[in-house]
Amino acid sequence: MKAMLLGFVAIIVIAIGASNILGTLGYSSSDRYSGAAVRN
Amino acid sequence: MLRMALALVLMLTLAPAGFAQEDTPAVDRSATGGAQTLEDILARQAGQKLDDSFRSDAVGDPGNAANIAAQLGTLGGVSDAETWRALRYGSANVKVSAGGDVATVLVQDGGMRWLEFRDTTLRTYGGWLLVGTLVALLAFYLLHGRIMIDDGRAGRTVTRFKAIERFGHWLLAGSFILLGVTGLLVLFGRVFLVPLFGKDANAFLLEWSKWVHNNVSWAFILGLVMIFVMWVVHNIPNRTDLHWLKKGGGILFGHDHPPAKKFNAGQKMIFWSVVLFGGSIALTGVALLFPFDLPLFAKTFHLLNATGLPHMVGLGELPVQLAPQEEMQLAQAWHAILAFVLMAIVLAHIYIGSVGMEGAYDAMGTGEVDEAWAEQHHSIWLEEYKAAEQEPKDSGAPTPAE
Repeated sequence: MKAMLLGFVAIIVIAIGASNILGTLGYSSSDRYSGAAVRN
Repeated sequence: MLRMALALVLMLTLAPAGFAQEDTPAVDRSATGGAQTLEDILARQAGQKLDDSFRSDAVGDPGNAANIAAQLGTLGGVSDAETWRALRYGSANVKVSAGGDVATVLVQDGGMRWLEFRDTTLRTYGGWLLVGTLVALLAFYLLHGRIMIDDGRAGRTVTRFKAIERFGHWLLAGSFILLGVTGLLVLFGRVFLVPLFGKDANAFLLEWSKWVHNNVSWAFILGLVMIFVMWVVHNIPNRTDLHWLKKGGGILFGHDHPPAKKFNAGQKMIFWSVVLFGGSIALTGVALLFPFDLPLFAKTFHLLNATGLPHMVGLGELPVQLAPQEEMQLAQAWHAILAFVLMAIVLAHIYIGSVGMEGAYDAMGTGEVDEAWAEQHHSIWLEEYKAAEQEPKDSGAPTPAE
């Protein structure tokens, strides 16, 4: 059961981490869909 | 090869109207001066294949332009109608100051076909596939009941999956469920949730669904890589699988449980479905996450055309010049089609791994399964496990996976 709980916790950690990392690198959702990279 | 095969299925699924139409004889357009005729319109409405070149090629000729000093000379040999036609068929020489190739596409009528597909075909067939799967599983349960351990539990357990294997499995499973639910909310929210809870509640839910879907995807990809690395060796098909399939796994017909290694043929089918469909879903998902940066389909169609397969199945030449928007539309459609198929497969997997079979859940719950269960469903694996366990410890500790 611990492995299952760890797996679920990892999903949350990875999701929040990915969101923050992509945001920091300038690849947040808003950057990707409506930011300069798409407009230029 | 896989991507080509997948793309072929996609084309068969997506474009029956476009490619499977009947040929229509040449139309005399002299009466309309080359413009489309009533026959053209009727043929299109009847779903017949129409050679559009009389329109797509009629985009004017600057060489025929009147002298600049003559009457209407500034038109440059191209009428408004011809300009709009060129825009529609993607042959206009559009220059933009921002937005790159994407912004040069001013008219993309394929977008309407995609929208219609998403709002009708995808929702209808995808939704019924899931409902049908649930009904089939319920019927199976009512007809066969729970698959029990024939001689009862032995009371002794063996380690079936190590903690890292279970972690990888639950990472993949948990993320897939979240992705599936949020994906369904995005697709069906407007249809089912708005009438029940209103637009504001639906918008709030979809905003979060989008965040979850976009960011949980990375956990899914990691889980997919983990289970592939850990289990691919055990999922290579062998002769045992043929015997297992002939016997229907001892589940579909009779109660004679055929021998199996660590994974039986049914589990191998689940594994390869998850790896191949999940891999393709992940690939198209990344293409959707980073719009226009990862065009997949024009290249895939080019490879498919080279094999001659599209011609063999009557699709003709697949389009290799796709607008950036078309690439995104195809990626979304393929992503959703495969997701529905994989959800249906995973529903069956969840059923057999929980309520459908006594003792099965323990494998992924605690990692320890009852010896009688292992003997019944994975007898070859159990023998190998015991043999490895009896080996002297100095020759290497047995691993649960062997």
